[in-house]
Amino acid sequence: METPEQTVMERLEHGSAPPPDAEVPAAHTFEVKNVSIWYGEKLAIDNVTLDVAANAVTAIIGPSGCGKSTFLRALNRMHELTPKTRMEGTVLLNGEDLYSSTVDPAIVRRRVGMVFQKSNPFPTMTIGENVVIGLRLNGVRNQRFLNERLEKSLRMAALWDEVKDDLHKPGTSLSGGQQQRLCIARALAVEPEVILMDEPCSALDPIATAKIEELIYQLKARYTIVTVTHNMQQAGRVSDYTAFFYLGRLIEYGPTTKIFTNPGEKQTEDYITGRFG
Amino acid sequence: MGVAASIAVEERSVQERMARPSRFGDKAFEWLTLAMALAVVVLIILIGWQLWIGSSVAIKKFGFHFLTTSTWDPVAEQFGALPFIYGTLVSSLIALVIAVPLGIATAAYLTELAPLWIRQPLASLIEMLAAIPSVILGLWGIFVMIPWLRDYPFPWLKRSFGWTPFFSGPIYGPCMFAGGIIIAVMILPIITSVSREILRGVPDLQREAAYGLGATRWEATRIAVLSYAKKGLFGAVILGLGRALGETMAVTMVIGNTPQIAVSLFKPGYTLASVLANEFTEATTDMYLQALFEVGLVLFGITILVNLLAQLLLRTIAAKSATRAVQ
Amino acid sequence: MRFERAHNHTWRKIKSALAVGIAFGSALLVITPLGLVFFYLLINGAGSVNWDFFTKLPAPVGALGGGMANAIVGTLELLALAGVIGIPVGVLGGVYLAEYGSARLNSVLRFLADVLNGIPSITWGVVVYGLIVLRFKGCSAYAGGLALALIMIPLILRTTEEVILLVPNGYREAALALGVSRWKTIVHIVMKTASKGIITGILLALARVGGETAPLLFTAFGNRFWNHSLSQPIAALPLQVFTYAISPYDDWHRQAWAGALVLVTGVFCVNILVRILTRGRGASVV
Repeated sequence: METPEQTVMERLEHGSAPPPDAEVPAAHTFEVKNVSIWYGEKLAIDNVTLDVAANAVTAIIGPSGCGKSTFLRALNRMHELTPKTRMEGTVLLNGEDLYSSTVDPAIVRRRVGMVFQKSNPFPTMTIGENVVIGLRLNGVRNQRFLNERLEKSLRMAALWDEVKDDLHKPGTSLSGGQQQRLCIARALAVEPEVILMDEPCSALDPIATAKIEELIYQLKARYTIVTVTHNMQQAGRVSDYTAFFYLGRLIEYGPTTKIFTNPGEKQTEDYITGRFG
Repeated sequence: MGVAASIAVEERSVQERMARPSRFGDKAFEWLTLAMALAVVVLIILIGWQLWIGSSVAIKKFGFHFLTTSTWDPVAEQFGALPFIYGTLVSSLIALVIAVPLGIATAAYLTELAPLWIRQPLASLIEMLAAIPSVILGLWGIFVMIPWLRDYPFPWLKRSFGWTPFFSGPIYGPCMFAGGIIIAVMILPIITSVSREILRGVPDLQREAAYGLGATRWEATRIAVLSYAKKGLFGAVILGLGRALGETMAVTMVIGNTPQIAVSLFKPGYTLASVLANEFTEATTDMYLQALFEVGLVLFGITILVNLLAQLLLRTIAAKSATRAVQ
Repeated sequence: MRFERAHNHTWRKIKSALAVGIAFGSALLVITPLGLVFFYLLINGAGSVNWDFFTKLPAPVGALGGGMANAIVGTLELLALAGVIGIPVGVLGGVYLAEYGSARLNSVLRFLADVLNGIPSITWGVVVYGLIVLRFKGCSAYAGGLALALIMIPLILRTTEEVILLVPNGYREAALALGVSRWKTIVHIVMKTASKGIITGILLALARVGGETAPLLFTAFGNRFWNHSLSQPIAALPLQVFTYAISPYDDWHRQAWAGALVLVTGVFCVNILVRILTRGRGASVV
């Protein structure tokens, strides 16, 4: 397995995007190289190259339709579910090609979990069943182990104390924010290396949003997190790195503080200051 | 390098406990469901093939005469299906004449004219009517409807319209007209509910435009809704016709089952479906059975054409409303 | 000018009220047979629905009493046979239409299923007669069950497809994003979420074919006694009603009414059950 230093060296050699944070040589979870994605004839992602730092939160921002969701989904091959999708380029997860012909997309998705915009706990299942369903359907039968994962995942999702006496209640009986944390617990239960979040707070009230943001902050100690958001303040609050997408292209990528205080591109500045269509 | 190899054992034990995804399972399930879905193709071919095989000798022997002659004499092995074709068409026509105006008016009432609280219960009752098995309607037809028809409406029709050939001659009870009425009852629910769906699909914009011009309720219904939905309603009618042509038990019980071509609707008749219901178990000779299979083939041919037409009509409507929804 | 307009307006209002009245009358006329059928079933049938009806075999001509126990059991056996074949084929076929397949193939299959639903049920009797009865030299419960199964397939296929399409895509994505395979996602998440709707479709199909007579006339054939082997002819409630109804005996007519009342009650109970089930569905899916 390669070391972080090698990765940085390699990247410098290839002359791709500048290191997001020059002072701290970060390890990289994803290395995305020259990725383009088409839906039918439509080019959704145009030759994007970027490295995602490990154990950090990377926010992807941009106006709607800029391809940020598509890019996120390319990181765990979820975009392949859309018919007539075509992709070029490579995505390496800790050095391994996610799109190699020997890799099963199901394995990729176990290693790269995902949380969606609309919380979607399975309506036919209890809270407990929702958390361990990924393990169960992936062939884990050991009940003691499942119980262990259930508690651990709910604790990590900061939901354990609220639901520990109601594990048999339907997952849909929870409030919106709790449902979203349940979905996070469900994703954590299979112990992925990365959590992708597609506008996880856009349907939540401010208090629930604050809880999720707090959770994201805690989770980055163990996981690499990539989150799509249309909420600039949120990107500023939770993320370490920010990537700005526009019309399918990566316009600017760097430490969040730099992007927000001293953007290098005019388009980024316009978007961040709200002077954008 | 396999994915598993790069995973540190201790850290990734959760991942390692999970089973390897099997592409075989996915493929097998897809093929299994495909095979089941293809059942619809197999079934259509199966019907056509079996009816063809079952009647091939009769088709060779009688040729077109089967459809154009009217002697049905199993003893002399003379088989002409014209009376059944005639009976099927006439009884279905009577049914349509009764059911189409009633069905469409009811559908319009349900979607446009009725007070809101009445709509759902009324629609439920119509669904209940659709759920009554044909044989039970036939039972009711024999013992309740026919005696009533014989005592009240038929004599009146004869007095008023006896001068036309349609309502002349003696009144028996079981007859073509009774058959048509019972078929009308059977197809009313489907005509009504399909028409209702069609009218519901008419965009509100149409109604608003009419009301905006100061139209009354009825004017808006007629101009904006009914004329807009013409094609779909025609599809509903054709669908009803398809059901009417194949209606079996209730008709068999009230139509009189006599293979004749008579203009008077008071005379008994016979339909393709009824002759199958009555005579299949009596077919003692091979040629008789062959002839009955051919009756089945004729019935299948007619109903499949009518249903194809109905589905095509209804589908263009559906496609149109779908594109409208996208816009 | 003004007066004319006002006058015109009144006339238009009257016309509109008249049209509403006619439409109301039509609706009333449409549901009249429902009321009448129910009324006469109760009047003529209720008296003969007693313990004997459910526990005894039909009495011979001339003897009073007797029941339809064999026909009731026979109908249930036929439905079980039909379900064994019709339910898996219909449900899995519906899953294919909703989850796999190209748009073009699926629209063709959907079209054919709808056309099949319009094929007269007696046709299935003739086809199964040719396929099974002629080949195996005799009517049987198997033949009757198969005829009913073939009618059920397109019905269940279409309702299953429709309810599966109602399952929000988010649930599929959530499961797939956990690395669950496609087929397990469909079986354990999608079908489970749609299970109420699928069961509703199955129940409606069973209620529909349970009242069918025409496809059984020369497949199941009917039987005045208990059926001891599924390869023998078997009685069915609608068949028995038909046989009794066209017989010349008053006593059999009474039995026909009783059988019809029991049959309609069964069919309506299923329909009401379905209504209760579907009322819950809106809440749980969304």
